[in-house]
Amino acid sequence: MTVDVEVMKPPRTEVGALGWLRKNLFGTWYDALLTVGSVAFICVVLYGVFNWALNTAKWGVVTTNIKVFMVGRYPYSEVWRIWTSVGLFLVMALVSLVVWKRNVTKARRGVTIAWVIVLLLTIVLLKGFGDLPLIPSVPINIWSGLMLTLALGIVGIVASFPMGVLLALGRRSSLPVIKVFCTTYIEGIRGVPLISVLFMSMLMIPLFLPPSIRLDNVLRAMVAMTLFSAAYVAENVRGGLQAIPEGQYEAGRAVGLNEGLVMVLIVLPQALRAMIPAIVGQFISLYKDTSLVVIVGLLDILGVAKAVTGQREWIGTQKEVFAFAGVIFFVTCSALSYASRRLEKQLGVGER
Amino acid sequence: MKAISWIVVSLLVLGVLLAACAAPAPPEEGEAAPSVTGARIQTILDRGKVICGCNAELPGFGYLNPAGDFEGFDVDFCKAIAAAVFGDATAVEYRPLTAAERLPALQTGEIDVLIRNTTWTLTRDAVNEVDWAAVTFYDGQGMMVPVATGWTSLDDMEGATVCSTTGTTTEMNLADAFRSRGLDYTPLLFEKTQDTATAYEEGRCDGQTSDKSQLAALRSAMENPADHVILDVTMSKEPLGPLTAHGDNKWNDVVRWVVWGMMQAEESGVSSANVDQMLSSDDPTVKRLLGVEGEMGSSLGIPNDFVVQIVKQVGNYGEVYNRWLGPDGLNIPRGPNELWTNGGLLYAMAFR
Repeated sequence: MTVDVEVMKPPRTEVGALGWLRKNLFGTWYDALLTVGSVAFICVVLYGVFNWALNTAKWGVVTTNIKVFMVGRYPYSEVWRIWTSVGLFLVMALVSLVVWKRNVTKARRGVTIAWVIVLLLTIVLLKGFGDLPLIPSVPINIWSGLMLTLALGIVGIVASFPMGVLLALGRRSSLPVIKVFCTTYIEGIRGVPLISVLFMSMLMIPLFLPPSIRLDNVLRAMVAMTLFSAAYVAENVRGGLQAIPEGQYEAGRAVGLNEGLVMVLIVLPQALRAMIPAIVGQFISLYKDTSLVVIVGLLDILGVAKAVTGQREWIGTQKEVFAFAGVIFFVTCSALSYASRRLEKQLGVGER
Repeated sequence: MKAISWIVVSLLVLGVLLAACAAPAPPEEGEAAPSVTGARIQTILDRGKVICGCNAELPGFGYLNPAGDFEGFDVDFCKAIAAAVFGDATAVEYRPLTAAERLPALQTGEIDVLIRNTTWTLTRDAVNEVDWAAVTFYDGQGMMVPVATGWTSLDDMEGATVCSTTGTTTEMNLADAFRSRGLDYTPLLFEKTQDTATAYEEGRCDGQTSDKSQLAALRSAMENPADHVILDVTMSKEPLGPLTAHGDNKWNDVVRWVVWGMMQAEESGVSSANVDQMLSSDDPTVKRLLGVEGEMGSSLGIPNDFVVQIVKQVGNYGEVYNRWLGPDGLNIPRGPNELWTNGGLLYAMAFR
């Protein structure tokens, strides 16, 4: 007796693409309604965006003014200095990538020192010196465009980190004067909005200085952003410090390390590693906050975007220039958060 | 208990900080005092350039060109001042300012002169401690309507819908103008001038109101500028001109005679094309104007040939007007900004 063993295939509507669709998008009548509604909505929005971007938008405002967007008022004849700096940065980034990927432990210190040198070199190159024939001085005041946005962001990030760490350590110090100073500073800065710090730096500082001394506005904005960001970094770092169990300190002291070495060798590395996501978040928000300098009349990429719409042939192209500035911010911020994810992976945050 | 001690400590720290800030004030006031007798012009001469507060985003008046340089009607007056003082129209440091910080920037000495489409009003003159030097442009609120409506004056606009910005004097002037004529109208209000223009172009309102110079700029950006007409009606007085800090009379004198020098040059027929020939003119006014005769410049503390330098490097008033606001620019009819000899309001004081 033979039995026809006919293996029944599952209904076509239950497996495969069709099954997935049915299960996830059209499971019930309200699911189906939601799906259709959402798809229609997305289509309408996308059509509007693409129709505008491809047909209506006058992208000429961006292509004509690309130099202004990138380096703003930096003189044409000196733009090679910016290219050189960008080149230096790219080379350094490549070298670091190779060194870290191959795990060449010995080269790491050299690369770190090289970064510091390159950073200083770039500043000298971009700023120039008095009447040097090759690199005449370009006042920091005329830095503008994407260049200013990046300069504010990089200086703010690089300078506010060590300051924030010191403030965090100061706040946990047992010395009352230091502790009170750091706490007052942190709470004071966190109690006022960035805008008012910027306004103060622009309008109040000249009141306290004799008329003969003038600080560059861009420099003032850099200092203001650094001071502001340092307070937030300090609180992030303090959070990290508090997460380190007391046992770590005790163990450090038990093997004969003094207070400073316990901090530098044992506590800080763990605390900072744990706080990378929070600190990077702070840095990204600092970078985006640089656009607030528009309000004190500095021409960062957003300021430049507004300034070029004053040109007669490009009146009324606000949408185009702001879309362009938005894309630039998106790209740079994404790069920052990608770098932070790599760093976390490298340092094994979240793994024990 | 702890909270109270905290407050005491905070107040102490604040007190110390304030004391520290206040301490260096007396010598500074000693330095600031001579400004009445001309400290500012000495500061400017020592510095070797004029710091000029300008607008960075206003079509026709001040914006960045694709090379990253400021240009426009107001900017040309900055150049004229530099040409008068130093014989070099490029000896200017531009300081782009927002509306909120322009007057404080002048009061704190951040800038030497503010040329940023600032309306001369009693309140600003009296309360904000600033001094206008002269009027460079008589603006006024106007009304733009489509040619197709056939309207020629506000009286034709019974029952019309008018686009305007909200929360500004523009809105109030509009209400006053219609109420005084006993006309009904529907206001359609927006946050930004650009939005009113968009709404007007989409046909959501029958007319759009703003400053005439802005209406002209917006019209030049429309698809068919010839389809729209700016009515011959002025709903408000908006005299714009350069300002200096209050009490700085000597510097203010320089700025006003620079402006009047440009107007007188046009009146006397001196232009950038013929200024060299005019140096040998027999007309005594021209001789005094160009510094061939008399000590006009040196009584102001600047070179005697200051008008020659202005006209050569920047042009007379008419040339500047035509370049940015006239046929080569936004194409605004000169109207009140015509010389008094041609029925306008421009009247330079006597060069003698």
